[in-house]
Amino acid sequence: MIRAEGLCKQFGKVAALDGVSFSAPDGRITGLLGPNGAGKSTTLRILYTILRADSGNAYVDEVSVADNARGARARLGVLPHGAGVYPQLTVRENIQYFGALHGLRRRECRARASEIIALLEIDEIADRRTKGFSQGQRLKTALARALVHRPRNVVLDEPTNGLDVLSVRKLRAILQRLREQGHCVLFSSHVMQDVAQLCDEVVVIAHGHVVAHGTPEALRERSGAGDFESAFVRLTGSEDQA
Amino acid sequence: MIRALWLVFMKEVRENLRDRRTVFAALVMGPLLGPLVLGTMLSFMVERGGRDFDKPVSVEITGSERAPNLVQHIRSRGIAVVPAQWSEAQAQQRIRDRDARMVLSISPEYAQRLGAGEPAPLVLYVDVSNTDNQRYVARLRATLEEYSRRLASQRMILRGVDPLLFVPIVVQEFDVSTPTTRSVLALGMLSFFMLLALFSGGMYLAIDSTAGERERGTLEPLLTLPVRRSWLIYGKILATCAFMLLSLSLTTAAFFLRLRYVNLEQLGMSGRLDLRTAMGVVAVCLPLIPAAAALLTIIASFTRSYREAQAWLSFVMLLPTLPLAFVSVLNLVPSTALMAVPSLGQHFLIQALMRAEAVGPLALATSVLSSLTLGALLILVAGKLYRRESLLG
Repeated sequence: MIRAEGLCKQFGKVAALDGVSFSAPDGRITGLLGPNGAGKSTTLRILYTILRADSGNAYVDEVSVADNARGARARLGVLPHGAGVYPQLTVRENIQYFGALHGLRRRECRARASEIIALLEIDEIADRRTKGFSQGQRLKTALARALVHRPRNVVLDEPTNGLDVLSVRKLRAILQRLREQGHCVLFSSHVMQDVAQLCDEVVVIAHGHVVAHGTPEALRERSGAGDFESAFVRLTGSEDQA
Repeated sequence: MIRALWLVFMKEVRENLRDRRTVFAALVMGPLLGPLVLGTMLSFMVERGGRDFDKPVSVEITGSERAPNLVQHIRSRGIAVVPAQWSEAQAQQRIRDRDARMVLSISPEYAQRLGAGEPAPLVLYVDVSNTDNQRYVARLRATLEEYSRRLASQRMILRGVDPLLFVPIVVQEFDVSTPTTRSVLALGMLSFFMLLALFSGGMYLAIDSTAGERERGTLEPLLTLPVRRSWLIYGKILATCAFMLLSLSLTTAAFFLRLRYVNLEQLGMSGRLDLRTAMGVVAVCLPLIPAAAALLTIIASFTRSYREAQAWLSFVMLLPTLPLAFVSVLNLVPSTALMAVPSLGQHFLIQALMRAEAVGPLALATSVLSSLTLGALLILVAGKLYRRESLLG
């Protein structure tokens, strides 16, 4: 369960976030949707405590990110935007390094790494160094790394970026499986299709505000648009600017 | 938290040992470069010293038949005489072409003027710009002056004057330098190479673990872990320290192995290059390592990319050699105050070890404590830097 309350963040004179509030419940996939520069990444970065909010607060399983950042991080599995992996380490070593730093004991860490490698079906590359890996292979490694400690809450920033159709499908299957297991899944995207097909709930962000929050169907009905893409354009007000 | 430090340390060491560039810079380049350069230089000096020693000094004398006594005197002082007949121009040409080191020309009026008690002219052709020649020239001059003095005293005795009247004072020179102190000039470069090897050993790891990590996009995931940011950077600094220590040890070992094959005795140096001295050299450099590692890490964290970090650090690596240059230019002698300057203290301690001199406990403590204090400060600064929000840039 992730909850944001009135998050504000200023970069110099630019207000990136101006009171962002929403919640992402357990057992649901919540999509953070918005045009480029809307504040999606900034919101997620505050949630996983890389940035501090100027005002407002966020809670991960009711742990305040402002007061107990490490406690909040321990409850999160994070796939940051454009996440890299260590090129001189194998996939397994990359995963185990993060597992160990999450506090998993050696034996448990190994078992979890093997488990997650099987889950993501990356056995073939598991013991290869990640140097020279394709975007998809790197992303799977980074995803495995984010899930190694069985986080209750999973946050992914633009996970489908640069992935081919097959990989996107596989990612969807993984996220759906996490939902079935009762995890809270929160991901950001600017790709309508991903959000429409995958999300139980959508939070639409534009200009640092939450402009809409609901199921994809509800949003479509509310905006009176025929399809989800038109709904998005109306909700974010992008049409006026274009 | 100690476990996190250890995990980061182990991962950085393992990853960088697999990186060819890092291994090459830390464990191959540093340890090979210094010993090769210095060893070759010393070998060359020994070889030349030996050559000069074996070869007799020789002088070509034009008109030697005009001064048989002078020629005999020169011969008696171990200088070979080659009789020749060169014109002035020919003599100059021979020097210029380096066919001869020295040409002495005895003028036709030599005997007549000598007989008349007037200064008898000799012309010596040499090239003093060739530093090789200077010692030969000095030797021939001394021989000629000796001959001149001897003639002068004979003349005075003949005229009933005590020649001692013309010797108001006598200077006796004692050379108290020992073979080991004489070697220090050449071995002074040793500490320079040691410090360079120490810094270059950690350079790539310091870059890789900061700017490199950011550039590859692994820093952000790392910061989402439930570990204090400062401990992450402490682990990285510790790994840099390990590489520096490894590079320093290898360099020292390579130096001592290489210098064994240089006949230092022939340069008038007693080579104290045993295992104990080598371990001592590594030991006195140890306190500098945390400061060096933290300094490189801090500079690298400020840069935006691997390349930028590389450019900066190549420059920063010269910092520890600056005090050494100052000292040799200003000809400063070790003092407790100077011992407090990091890298300079290590330089003095290495020199003392090589000279087999005793170092006062106060001087030693000053050097160790000042280096360690600087290290602790820089590590704290690095920790603070990593807590900043703008770290991800």
